Amino acid sequence: MSGSEAARENIAERFLFDSPHLGPAALERKHRVEQDPSVRADIMEYLPDMDQVDPTIRNRVVAEIDAYDPDAYTAADVRRALSHDTCTVEDFKALLSPAAAPFLEQMAQKARLETRKHFGNTVYIFTPLYIANYCENYCVYCGFNCYNDIRRIQLNTEQIEREMKVIADSGIEEVLLLTGESPKKSNLEYIGEACKLARKYFRNVGLEVYPMNVEDYRYLRECGADYVTVFQESYDRNVYEQLHLLGRKRIWPYRFEAQERALMGGMRGVGFSALLGLAEFRHDALATGLHAYLLQRKYPHAEISLSCPRLRPIVNNDTINPLDVHEQQLCQVLCAYRIFLPFAGIVVSSRETARFRNGIVKIAATKVSAGVSTGIGDHEEKYHGTSSDADAEGDEQFEIADARSLQQMYAELEEGGMQPVLNDYVYV
Amino acid sequence: MAHVDDPLILGGREFQSRFILGSGKYSMALIEAAVQQAGAQIITLAVRRANSADGESILDHIPEGVTLLPNTSGARNAEEAIRIARLARELGCGDFVKIEIMRDSKYLLPDNAETLRATEALANEGFVVLPYMMPDLNYARDLVNAGAAAVMPLAAPIGSNKGLAAREFIQILIDEVDAPIIVDAGIGRPSQACEAMEMGAAAIMANTALATAGDLPLMADAFRKAIEAGRQAYLSGLGRVLVRGAAASDPLTGFLR
Repeated sequence: MSGSEAARENIAERFLFDSPHLGPAALERKHRVEQDPSVRADIMEYLPDMDQVDPTIRNRVVAEIDAYDPDAYTAADVRRALSHDTCTVEDFKALLSPAAAPFLEQMAQKARLETRKHFGNTVYIFTPLYIANYCENYCVYCGFNCYNDIRRIQLNTEQIEREMKVIADSGIEEVLLLTGESPKKSNLEYIGEACKLARKYFRNVGLEVYPMNVEDYRYLRECGADYVTVFQESYDRNVYEQLHLLGRKRIWPYRFEAQERALMGGMRGVGFSALLGLAEFRHDALATGLHAYLLQRKYPHAEISLSCPRLRPIVNNDTINPLDVHEQQLCQVLCAYRIFLPFAGIVVSSRETARFRNGIVKIAATKVSAGVSTGIGDHEEKYHGTSSDADAEGDEQFEIADARSLQQMYAELEEGGMQPVLNDYVYV
Repeated sequence: MAHVDDPLILGGREFQSRFILGSGKYSMALIEAAVQQAGAQIITLAVRRANSADGESILDHIPEGVTLLPNTSGARNAEEAIRIARLARELGCGDFVKIEIMRDSKYLLPDNAETLRATEALANEGFVVLPYMMPDLNYARDLVNAGAAAVMPLAAPIGSNKGLAAREFIQILIDEVDAPIIVDAGIGRPSQACEAMEMGAAAIMANTALATAGDLPLMADAFRKAIEAGRQAYLSGLGRVLVRGAAASDPLTGFLR
């Protein structure tokens, strides 16, 4: 689906580099897993301790993306889709197709109407809080990958609390807790304790951590978290196989089913995303929208949200970019998401510029981050220019493109005619 | 138009017709017109009438090859509906049952809570359950999860011929529920039946609209054509409606680079 066989062979090529500090044995292991697919695990094979759920939704998404031909859609299909009160799956496919590109302004107008109908002019503000960056996966494009030579750290309870105080003092009421994906370092209890602390300082606690089993999600919900976001990265299994070379994350269906397990564990809502720029983005956008749509049909009480990250440069590799997903394409995807899923939250992170985010909140986005650091333990330094413990800082997951503080974000949203909202939620 | 193979599937059985005759007003002439002119392959039967001791039974008038859909009209709660359904099966009416439970004798509005209880019990006993209901999304989902083969929301009060009074709510059921939505009660004209089919309804049930028509066979034929036309329009995908209105002078996408 993503072009010629030659292109397929080189999917990982643009991301690969060797850190100078790796020893010969580690280097050899790294190169072997990069070069020899036969030493890599089967991405479709669950590990023994992994919960399995009914595969109906997964099978449907796979069948739809396998059958999707974006070039088969015409301007007439796009016009028809824009005229419908309810956007069908076929309409969604048309809106994601190249034929929709000339209709971007009309899509934006319709998307804004839908956003206004469901959300008024509100925009929610949150901030991510990275508490660790250890990772057991080798995902070639990610700054946290286990072969990247970065400063690693895991904050202890005291350090987490200090970070939370700094963030809460800035006015933020919703926090998204992140770790690298290391169940060994950042185990369930560690994340649970962080959730309990977060409940003290914030009204709304979300999680973006490694996928886990139903009972684990149930435990974290009891600890105070209520929303689980898992990025599938790519729904294209061929691309996924070539970019996620080691670790539990390699098991594609277990990751796909994380949101369903989170709902089964009692979470109030779940977030979905493909990382645009890894594989053919129209297929990945279709899969993301369908995944959310089908899961919401099965669990009608669930709140759902979509994110739309594009690839960003990372520590030690500043050449990483989102390829053919330019702002125009990103805007098209976001409008299509909004028209297909008018009720879904749409998050646009600090991977995008202030200019883009100021524009897109008027069309489709309903949530933005502010006061962002993707590093670990550095909020005090970033917010106040002081640091009580510079040794207790870890490197960033990726470079951000919008460093506005909460106050700046709040003021600029208001200037743009939007209503910033810090929280509209109560944990029950 | 080329014939499209597009059967209505209920309880594993295929039907070519998407018109179902309701049971409100019965006569030989009505049944004959429904089958011959309207093409009905399913005919509803009120068990409480079939069970009458006073001579002729409606069962005697049902033509060969037509599927009987006994209903539980007269039931006021789930237990009564379950008893009527079992009685229908013993009478030889087959496994299909339409659940009707009314606690209101003035408007004859269905009781969704009791209907859900009866649906669950009868589906577990192997019945093909078609519940008549107020169009409510939560109940519709619960009915399907409880084993209903289809959901039958009312379009307007029964016998009223008022058409798609519940249009918006029926559309939500069609959009959201993974089972056939059969519009039942209130459809008074072929044009209303056609509109419901264009919306994506799987079939139409009607009775009064035919029974009270001036020329019964002619009206039955009109209903058949309307339902077929609506279905074809739905399958073909409705065209776009031109919306007139000024475009925003300040484009929303001007910020993109």
